[in-house]
Amino acid sequence: MSVDNQITPKSAQSLLSFDNVSMTFDDGTKALDNVSFTVNAGEFVTVVGPSGCGKSTLLRIASNLEKNSAGNCAVDRDSIGYVFQDASLMPWRTVQRNVELIAELHKLDKKKRQELAAEAIDMVGLRGFEGKYPRQLSGGMRMRASLARSLVMSPKVFLFDEPFGALDEITRERLNDELLRLFQIEGFAGLFITHSITEAVYMSTKVLVMSARPGKIIASFDVPFEYPRTHDLRYEPQFAELCGEISHALRGAHS
Amino acid sequence: MSDAQTSAVPVLDETLPDSRTRSTLSDIVGPAIVFMVFIGIWYLLSTVILPEQKRFLLPTPHKVITEGFGVWRSGERRGLQPILLSVWDTAKIALIGLGITIVVGMSVAILMSASRWLERATWPYLVAVQSAPVLALTPLIRALIDNTRTQRLLVVVLIAVFPIVSNTLFGLLSADKSQHEIFTLQGASRWVRLTKLQFPAALPNIFVGLRISAGLAVIGAVVGDFYFRQGGVVGIGAQIDVYRNRLWGPELITAIIMASALGLVVFLFFGWLSHRAIGKWHITNRGQ
Repeated sequence: MSVDNQITPKSAQSLLSFDNVSMTFDDGTKALDNVSFTVNAGEFVTVVGPSGCGKSTLLRIASNLEKNSAGNCAVDRDSIGYVFQDASLMPWRTVQRNVELIAELHKLDKKKRQELAAEAIDMVGLRGFEGKYPRQLSGGMRMRASLARSLVMSPKVFLFDEPFGALDEITRERLNDELLRLFQIEGFAGLFITHSITEAVYMSTKVLVMSARPGKIIASFDVPFEYPRTHDLRYEPQFAELCGEISHALRGAHS
Repeated sequence: MSDAQTSAVPVLDETLPDSRTRSTLSDIVGPAIVFMVFIGIWYLLSTVILPEQKRFLLPTPHKVITEGFGVWRSGERRGLQPILLSVWDTAKIALIGLGITIVVGMSVAILMSASRWLERATWPYLVAVQSAPVLALTPLIRALIDNTRTQRLLVVVLIAVFPIVSNTLFGLLSADKSQHEIFTLQGASRWVRLTKLQFPAALPNIFVGLRISAGLAVIGAVVGDFYFRQGGVVGIGAQIDVYRNRLWGPELITAIIMASALGLVVFLFFGWLSHRAIGKWHITNRGQ
């Protein structure tokens, strides 16, 4: 097996590490080529790159939904939160029961999972909507419920696969703030995928730029801004400058 | 935080107002108009269009009411009471047959959903059963099975099983990939995946299948009556056959109306059940 559940000794704090990971699919498509990086506790790393460059494949390998064909990916798989592109709530369950799902699959007793779910629902600001069904919610609220569902087991590693890509700008910025707040409270290691450079810089401690297929990390930017970050940060000159640099690197990635 | 919530509240208006559950005047007026048109055409047929010597085939509505529904019992077979007893006899066969159909059909669908190989191997034969003229098999059924009741039940199952299988199977396979992946990520067993994801996801389709199969079960039971009967109280199909042979027009039409009513009741029941079971989270567009 090319993967194991051990945390690499490189850094005691590293919760997720990719070590020369490559991925070739059965049909011969090479998705990833020698990708190496680590995410520590309290780090929020965002990957930006052209469509189809294998960004999502990173998350699928980290969570063991796919097996990498070479290299080593080390992560504590018992403590992963995964947020999908769509909220993927179960339409037949109320918000409360949707948020309980993962605790339920971990066979926690009813009282405990209700408690945990109530806490998570509070954290994402959905109190009062526990009894609603997904079809009664807006896209933004569904995403909040989806976040709450992943929060229930307090994962140490959080994987986000373009979770806000389908939302309008305003809702997206609100949810960015919400997620940052959760990040500060929970202190998880975050790995975030997005198309939006602004979103990447606003959220992250570090931004990685991936090339077109086969995906390679071609640039890495540390984001120096202190948390908590506020909306106004988006209009600071240094913020714009960093976005410009990343955009430049990304343009190189397309060629 | 607070601003996020205020933004969230108005969007709740997306909650669709359930126009279907509001009964308006048009819910009554529409069917009433169609009913009157229907009665009008009936009168036209039985008093104008049909040639004089053939009018006994379709007695006028008022004659059906007075001589069909209006007579409680006359002789062994005439009157509303024997018709009701026959309808009840057929209803029992249809419902028991439907119960067997549901158990068999859903089991087959679950097995097929679990194994692609099995799905491929059995699908053509299910389609064949669906399209086979079951009634052409009556001599064979008679030769293999002695019990009349069992013969009738078999016809019901053969006629009604396909929609349950196909709709349940389709529903079981309808869950989103990402929903499946949530279960994969938590290492869920096949049983947990089936009961907590695939089965609930399949419910809307299962109810569609149920409604179709329920209608077919009634048809199967009525048609089965024609071919498999014994002494005593007979099914409504057999009763219809007797009236037809003896040219008892009003009784024939009454029996046909009662057989249709049985189908209608079963159909409405499953519509109601479906609404009760999944109406809260699933929007059925039509057919309520």
